[in-house]
Amino acid sequence: MNAPDGWKHQNAVPPTDTAEPDYFHKVVDCQWACPAHTPVPGYIRLIAQGRFSDAYMLNRQSNVFPGILGRVCDRPCEPACRRDRVEDEPVAICRLKRVAADHKDDITDRLPKKPAKTNGKRIALIGAGPASFTVANDLAPFGYECTIFERFGEPGGLMRTNIPAFRLPEKVLSEELGYILDMGVELKLNSPVSSMKALLDEGYDAVFVGTGAPKGKELNLPGRDQSENIHIGIDWLESVAFEHTKAIGKKVLIIGVGNTAMDCCRTSLRLGADNVKVMARKPRAFFKASAWELEDAEAENVEIIVNHSPKEFVVDNGVLKGMLFETLEYVLDEKGNITKQTVTGEVVIECDDVVLAIGQDNAFPWIERDAGLEFGKWDMPLVDEVTFQSTREEVFFGGDAAFGPKNIIWAVEHGHQAAISIHQYCQQKLVTTRLPNGVKLAPTKMGMFEWSFSNSFDAAERRIMPHVELAKRFKDLGTEVELGFTAEQAATEVERCLNCDMQTVFNAPLCTECDACVDICPVECLTMTEPAAENVLREALEIPASNTEQALYVSPALPLTSRVMIKDENICLHCGLCAERCPTAAWDMQESEIIINHVEDMVPGASS
Amino acid sequence: MTSFAKPSINLKNAKRNKLGLTRRDYEGAMSTLCAGCGHDSVTACMAKAFFELSIEPHRAVKVSGIGCSSKTTAYFLSEAHGNNTVHGRMPSVATGAAAANTELTYIGVSGDGDSLSIGLGQFAHAIRRNVNMLYVLENNGVYGLTKGQFSASSDIGSRSKKGEENLSPPIDPVSLGLSLGATFVARGFSGDRAQLVPLIKAGLKHNGFALIDIVSPCVSFNDHKGSTKSYAHTFQYYHPAVHADYVPMADDIKTSYEDGEAVPVELHDGGMIMLRKLDKDYDPQDRAAAYAQVAKRAAKGEIITGLLYVDESQKDMAAMNKMTATPLNALPYESLCPGAASLADLQNRYR
Ligand SMILES: Cc1cc2nc3c(=O)[nH]c(=O)nc-3n(C[C@H](O)[C@H](O)[C@H](O)COP(=O)(O)OP(=O)(O)OC[C@H]3O[C@@H](n4cnc5c(N)ncnc54)[C@H](O)[C@@H]3O)c2cc1C
Ligand SMILES: Cc1ncc(C[n+]2csc(CCOP(=O)(O)OP(=O)(O)O)c2C)c(N)n1
Ligand code: SF4
Ligand code: SF4
Ligand code: SF4
Ligand SMILES: [Mg+2]
Repeated sequence: MNAPDGWKHQNAVPPTDTAEPDYFHKVVDCQWACPAHTPVPGYIRLIAQGRFSDAYMLNRQSNVFPGILGRVCDRPCEPACRRDRVEDEPVAICRLKRVAADHKDDITDRLPKKPAKTNGKRIALIGAGPASFTVANDLAPFGYECTIFERFGEPGGLMRTNIPAFRLPEKVLSEELGYILDMGVELKLNSPVSSMKALLDEGYDAVFVGTGAPKGKELNLPGRDQSENIHIGIDWLESVAFEHTKAIGKKVLIIGVGNTAMDCCRTSLRLGADNVKVMARKPRAFFKASAWELEDAEAENVEIIVNHSPKEFVVDNGVLKGMLFETLEYVLDEKGNITKQTVTGEVVIECDDVVLAIGQDNAFPWIERDAGLEFGKWDMPLVDEVTFQSTREEVFFGGDAAFGPKNIIWAVEHGHQAAISIHQYCQQKLVTTRLPNGVKLAPTKMGMFEWSFSNSFDAAERRIMPHVELAKRFKDLGTEVELGFTAEQAATEVERCLNCDMQTVFNAPLCTECDACVDICPVECLTMTEPAAENVLREALEIPASNTEQALYVSPALPLTSRVMIKDENICLHCGLCAERCPTAAWDMQESEIIINHVEDMVPGASS
Repeated sequence: MTSFAKPSINLKNAKRNKLGLTRRDYEGAMSTLCAGCGHDSVTACMAKAFFELSIEPHRAVKVSGIGCSSKTTAYFLSEAHGNNTVHGRMPSVATGAAAANTELTYIGVSGDGDSLSIGLGQFAHAIRRNVNMLYVLENNGVYGLTKGQFSASSDIGSRSKKGEENLSPPIDPVSLGLSLGATFVARGFSGDRAQLVPLIKAGLKHNGFALIDIVSPCVSFNDHKGSTKSYAHTFQYYHPAVHADYVPMADDIKTSYEDGEAVPVELHDGGMIMLRKLDKDYDPQDRAAAYAQVAKRAAKGEIITGLLYVDESQKDMAAMNKMTATPLNALPYESLCPGAASLADLQNRYR
């Protein structure tokens, strides 16, 4: 072999530090992408074993609302799923969560009970959305007296008022909120907080603001004030949810093409509309709605019309007749960015109602500007991105109220973090003191050709969610469209998961440089090569590691030649063949547990 | 389910060759050899070389004898023709096949036991005849399949797993090939695929008998301390002398080599073997000098590797014997079997 001294080591990448907790965490793409870091492959394995309740409980630790999120999560995990990069489509992670929730047994015994006595700390939570509920979920079991104030007569926030029941049944929502209320959380309904100062005067030890972003954006065009049939999307959905609104005209235009627009158009169809058009200013590539929401709306024959910019509401004698649009043409550059737009004409589209779904804003009219909380740009309170503390030390924010509209799983994660801060604050500890994430590794080798996980690659395609047939779904608002996976579908879908938490762990001193692992790897993501700069190493692989967002593992020098073993984490199937084939167990498959801390991990002796 | 099958998978980013095939299309059955066996690496290199040359798998013929090495023909090119023959008898079967159809690509896979003990006579004559084939000798110094007896390539002083010392002198396939007039003689190491894959490609494209002796450690019976065919020993004493690259006709050679650095050897198909001397004094086109160099390095305990000798000017078996270029199965029946009268005619010519 060439003498190692002949190698140009100057820019050589140092060996990868796999003890750094984020390294293995990042390999579990779904968990890394999930704001709450739900241990996806772990719960998918439990579902595969039919242990639905265990899968549910594991989910609940991080995402608190598996039944809700298994239906309506924004699922950032899925675009991140390795399976998507390997061949075609991600694992149906979200809908597998629903399988766990739908098939679990009664788990109430496994939830924390209302503590026998409180710790004397009183926490006020404003707004009964997922953010506040998560804070209560984390704090109540440890004796915190949590009181949630909600302006409406029902809890749940936008999950109740805006996410339509045909996507999220009321029963599922109430069940999961109920688990938290049963921990001894007090819920004050019909109790809008109209003065922050007054609330602070009540002497709470801490206040959590989880009031969301409750204001729908306006579209101030001529004619706006002349008709009753122009609605603001989120207010309109809310009034539908509370059954104040029970009908809409036959022809409906929805302005905007985000997820709210999708809920507005589908809700219209259930309230009597038969011709619903979603009007978009820009081409399809610029739509804000998730691909699957668009797909579901279009499956219900909603028409999506691109390149139309609203100009005027056409109102005749107080009766809405239609809407005037400018038609647009765009010039795109190679990257798909718009470089030019031209107006090509004008067109009136007839309608009976218009629903404006062009965004949400925060609004804190009830927080006096001299209450000790500083406000910054766009009249938003200043909130720390790690601790969620405001500039008034006992006031914390989370969910859409903190940094603007996001989604449920972000609200949950904010809630977890704010709960840790509130706990620290109430225990007179620094809120900035937080436990670091960690990683635990455990062996998985059971014997020759035998691992403790299902290591074989299953080539099955992603299962397609069965839906209620079109004819039946518009009868009422509450008919859930998705039926959930059948047992057979679930059994197939779980096997599609690559078990990315089963880490390939390399022990360089054991390697005899026999190449067996390199040869067996079905995706050719390993090789041994001389140390070099990262870009050179990435090219050294049989299939170059061109996805630089994914790590390249680099081993310490190998014993015989001082070369390094490198591995492209991008497309590894976690099939274990490298470890199976290795004569010395230099490669081993080890199950990683990513340690993510919650309040329970900060309370001595409480961690389960 | 746990399993030990290499899954077939439609990878988004897999490389494809001129035929639109992936490297994995050149694989075969799952290997049943010991984990870590050098032979598996050679198998992988073989698949890679065929893939890179864009050879249609069904236009290749794999023949082998008996031994772990000989088993490996099952582990690559599953679409190719093949025959596991009898111990040491692969060369005659390969010779017959090559005579029957000169259009296919022939690969013989053998071991040090198969070629240098029971099959030494056959091996020598295939070289002499210059059969147009690639002959891969996976050399581990033992009879691996029968659990590790010393083979004829075992070095003096090399120790068996139980500590016994080999006292008989080794037969070196490279020196033997050089002395028998082989037209392409190379040595590789299963642990250096950067060298081995181009060697295999050059060997496949050489017109005539291409011998590659490949040090290919036996992890189970000959990879211990004291063995001269272990990974550790080979890595330590390994000495690349001449690097060879195969450059197809269509490619522009000038781009990848600087002037004077590489010596081109023109091939029958219009392509080239580019020789790059790593050892300045080594001349891979001078048989006598090559023989001397190989002997000198061996005496020092070094393992000289690379394309050690090449001569493209010699006639192969088909040319020497004026054999028909048309595969026998493509000849019309009347010319293939001209009948009793023609036979009598022929016999009369020798009366
Ligand atoms: C139409 C629509 C569809 C959506 N679909 C999805 C989806 O499919 N998936 C997803 O993940 N996310 C979705 N979202 C976003 C998601 O609902 C929110 O991001 C999430 O609910 C935010 O949670 P939160 O706890 O911060 O606030 P919210 O859910 O907004 O809850 C805030 C609560 O505070 C109450 N409140 C406000 N002010 C006061 C006050 N002064 N006093 C007392 N109570 C007050 C409100 O009444 C409300 O109940 C959707 C949003 C909309 C508008
Ligand atoms: C005629 C005959 N004699 C003996 C054997 C037993 N036998 C099987 S394999 C083998 C040696 C193989 O050694 P080698 O060619 O070096 O292959 P390796 O297993 O080392 O790769 C022998 C002697 C046999 N199969 N047939
Ligand atoms: S394959 Fe499984 S573990 Fe890997 S990213 Fe997808 S869901 Fe997560
Ligand atoms: S587990 Fe090993 S063999 Fe399997 S894909 Fe990953 S690196 Fe390759
Ligand atoms: S199989 Fe094991 S010993 Fe062989 S090269 Fe790979 S890690 Fe090293
Ligand atoms: Mg042998």
